[in-house]
Amino acid sequence: MTRTVLRAAAVPLASVVLGLLLGAVLITVQGHSVLSAYGALVLGGAGDADALLRTLQKATPLVFGGLAVAFAFKAGLFNIGGQGQLLVGAAFAAGVGFGLEGVPLVVHLPLALLVGGAAGAAWGAIAGVLKATSGAHEVIVTIMLNFVAGNLTDWLAANPWQDRSGSNIIARTPLVEPSAEIPTWGWLPAGFVLAVMAAFACWFILERTTYGFEVRSVGANRHAARYAGISVGWIMASTMAVAGLLAGLGGAIESLGVDGRFEAGVNVGLGFEGITIALLARTNPIAVIPAGLLVGLMEAGAAKMQFESGVAPEIIDVIQALILLFVAAPLIVRWLLRLRDRPDAPDRRLTLGAGWGR
Amino acid sequence: MAAAAETVVSQAEPEVLLAGHGITKRFGPVVANDDVSVELRPGRILALLGENGAGKSTLVNVLFGLHRPDAGQVVIADENVELSSPHDAIARGVGMVHQHFQLVPPMSVVRNIVLGAEPRKLGMIDVAQARRRVMDLADRFGLHVDPDAAVEDLPVGAQQRVEILKALYRDARVLIADEPTAVLTPQETDHLLGVLRGLTAQGVGIVFITHKLREVMAAADDIVVLREGKVVGTTTPAQTSEAALAELMVGRAVDLHGDRFESGATGVGSAVSTTAAPSDEAPIAEAGERPVVLDIAGLCTDDDRGQRAVDELSLTVRAGEIVGVAGVEGNGQRELVEAITGLRHATAGTVSISDRDASGARPRQVTVIGVGHIPEDRAKHGLIGSYSVADNSVLNRYFKRPFAAGGMLRRDRIDSHARDVVATFDVRTPDVESPADSLSGGNKQKLIVGREFSDEIDLLIAAQPTRGIDIGAIEFIWRRIRERRDEGTAVLLVSAELDEVLALSDRVAVMYEGRIVATVDPRSATREEIGLLMAGAAPGAAGGS
Repeated sequence: MTRTVLRAAAVPLASVVLGLLLGAVLITVQGHSVLSAYGALVLGGAGDADALLRTLQKATPLVFGGLAVAFAFKAGLFNIGGQGQLLVGAAFAAGVGFGLEGVPLVVHLPLALLVGGAAGAAWGAIAGVLKATSGAHEVIVTIMLNFVAGNLTDWLAANPWQDRSGSNIIARTPLVEPSAEIPTWGWLPAGFVLAVMAAFACWFILERTTYGFEVRSVGANRHAARYAGISVGWIMASTMAVAGLLAGLGGAIESLGVDGRFEAGVNVGLGFEGITIALLARTNPIAVIPAGLLVGLMEAGAAKMQFESGVAPEIIDVIQALILLFVAAPLIVRWLLRLRDRPDAPDRRLTLGAGWGR
Repeated sequence: MAAAAETVVSQAEPEVLLAGHGITKRFGPVVANDDVSVELRPGRILALLGENGAGKSTLVNVLFGLHRPDAGQVVIADENVELSSPHDAIARGVGMVHQHFQLVPPMSVVRNIVLGAEPRKLGMIDVAQARRRVMDLADRFGLHVDPDAAVEDLPVGAQQRVEILKALYRDARVLIADEPTAVLTPQETDHLLGVLRGLTAQGVGIVFITHKLREVMAAADDIVVLREGKVVGTTTPAQTSEAALAELMVGRAVDLHGDRFESGATGVGSAVSTTAAPSDEAPIAEAGERPVVLDIAGLCTDDDRGQRAVDELSLTVRAGEIVGVAGVEGNGQRELVEAITGLRHATAGTVSISDRDASGARPRQVTVIGVGHIPEDRAKHGLIGSYSVADNSVLNRYFKRPFAAGGMLRRDRIDSHARDVVATFDVRTPDVESPADSLSGGNKQKLIVGREFSDEIDLLIAAQPTRGIDIGAIEFIWRRIRERRDEGTAVLLVSAELDEVLALSDRVAVMYEGRIVATVDPRSATREEIGLLMAGAAPGAAGGS
């Protein structure tokens, strides 16, 4: 068991180390101290309660976004639509959050989360249903739906749902009611707890339920799944809905727990980082948690790193990109580590081109 | 640039056309070839005989330059050579006819043959010269084929002749044929063996890979038997028998007849070679009273390209009988099976299973009615390679008790079921957690058979149940299918191997172009009669031969 985990984690871990090493080279070349830069990065991400809170808040939508990609991938679908699903989730959760007044927290908060999740699920399901009924490729459809979602939520924030208080001219909703706010317990945001629960729920569904068996069967061998009596179309549609639900929840928690409202342009790019997270986690739902934490920490600590050592925070993006490059090209890492390439190695099965033209 | 035409006009006839001396080839821990030596002389047919995984393909891939040997020496035309790619082998006059043809279907025969070595004039392909050369070759070797026909319009046997011409056009002195008869009717097979014989008369040497003993005995000059990567026997047809060869291949005596066919002959020899031995029992007479389990009436369905593949086909299978569908592949057998099992939409007609209407049923419904299905393509449909043996052992029953309850999988029940299947069906696997991909072909097939047999079924649909697996596993699966039949299960057997159909069936339905053209009694029909029916001869004409 431990050995399997280690073998599966070898490439991602080595990728992180390699990414940090190359990042260190870049920092040195710019004439800064690697030690103080990385030291500030860690302190800024985990040095005290505030830093930890920042990291966990950053990690929450990353975990949800990562799950949205990882879950769909189990059915052989490449969900590029996390961004759009997250945006509609964030906007609709905020809509419920500020739109209802005088509702108790036990009703208001779950309802706002639920509506946000449902909006994301609906958004994801569009791509799933189109794939199942017409064969439209989910990559194309989800990418296009990202634009639709971006414009739709911008419009909502700038027109019907815009905050009219004072002299506000920003395209953003009013603040959500206190009864719809997600609490934070010291350094621990409740949203992160939900993210961890969601990761374990995904693992449980995939590994322990008949529905998960069907999802994985469709992903592993669509033809055999059909032979086994599984409705491939239903699995594709429902899996994309689940993926959208996860991304939508991530967006809802952003609105209700971090920003306190939905604002056009604030969440841009957040959904795309889910792809990085899912790849780093090798689409394992449990591994999405540490992957999200790692990236969350780097983002939370970037400001302190710039302040203390003068390194531009963009170096974090470069390191992330390098890590992703190494994860996506395991041959490089395997060669560096002298790991033998095994046909049954977990990363051999992670072919993200799956699904094209089939 | 006519590179091919101007090459080697050998001054003297070489003594050895192609040889491997002490070839050893490893793939990771697997030794595919272990100190293997073979030698091909001019004008001879060398048959490489062995089960799947015995190392035949590895050996010819080494000789053809596709693999580099870890040890040993390849010799071409008396010369020690180092081959770095098939181009080196081709340049030295070695040609290969692959099992899956390497042809461009919409292009003409001539263009296919000259492809990559076209005669040119002013930078353009000199079509007239190409055509002339191809015609000359065809005449010289007696390989008749319409030079202007598109390859896709030709029957399989003619496509194979194009492949052979392609090699000869590149001045091949050695022809390696990988399972060349797998896709042919018995008549086409006989014709091919004649063609190969004709080639040897002109000094060409042939390496002929097969696992069919009858063809080896009929065509080979020299026989090399491989088992587990080693040469276990070198002989000639005159010195051996089919039974002896089968024993060499498998490593022990095999019996494919089962209890029903008590004939004088021992072992696999007669079963694989000719018609099934006649039986004294007469299950057909009494089968008439047994209930009809599968009733197909006027069934029509299309293939993937939208062409009519099954054409108003009607067929019944009764409880306790095996009905074998014989036919050359591509005559609608696959579409027929898929239409019955719900994997393909039937455009007309009805299917009734155990008196229930199963027309248009989905795969799940067909399973639940009580149908076991051994699919033709085990990698594509039968198994999920990355899944464990345990998960595969419940692949189409995972949702039923006792394997699931309340939407949850019950791992303990699935695992213990898998251990049962592994034990009962002799699936060789380290444990039930191993991925199905790690199993050999025969063990994969036994896993599928075990899965399909472990539930109550009234009807078994077995499509190519023993394709590409070793004789030991064939023997085992045949015995299990017979046992099922004897217990009262109706069995529809679809196989491209006429020998298999004859050995197992109580009735043989011959399928040609989407129809059942005749139903014959396997105990009285001959291979030749059935072969003619498979090739499309009218039933009346077949009787005369």
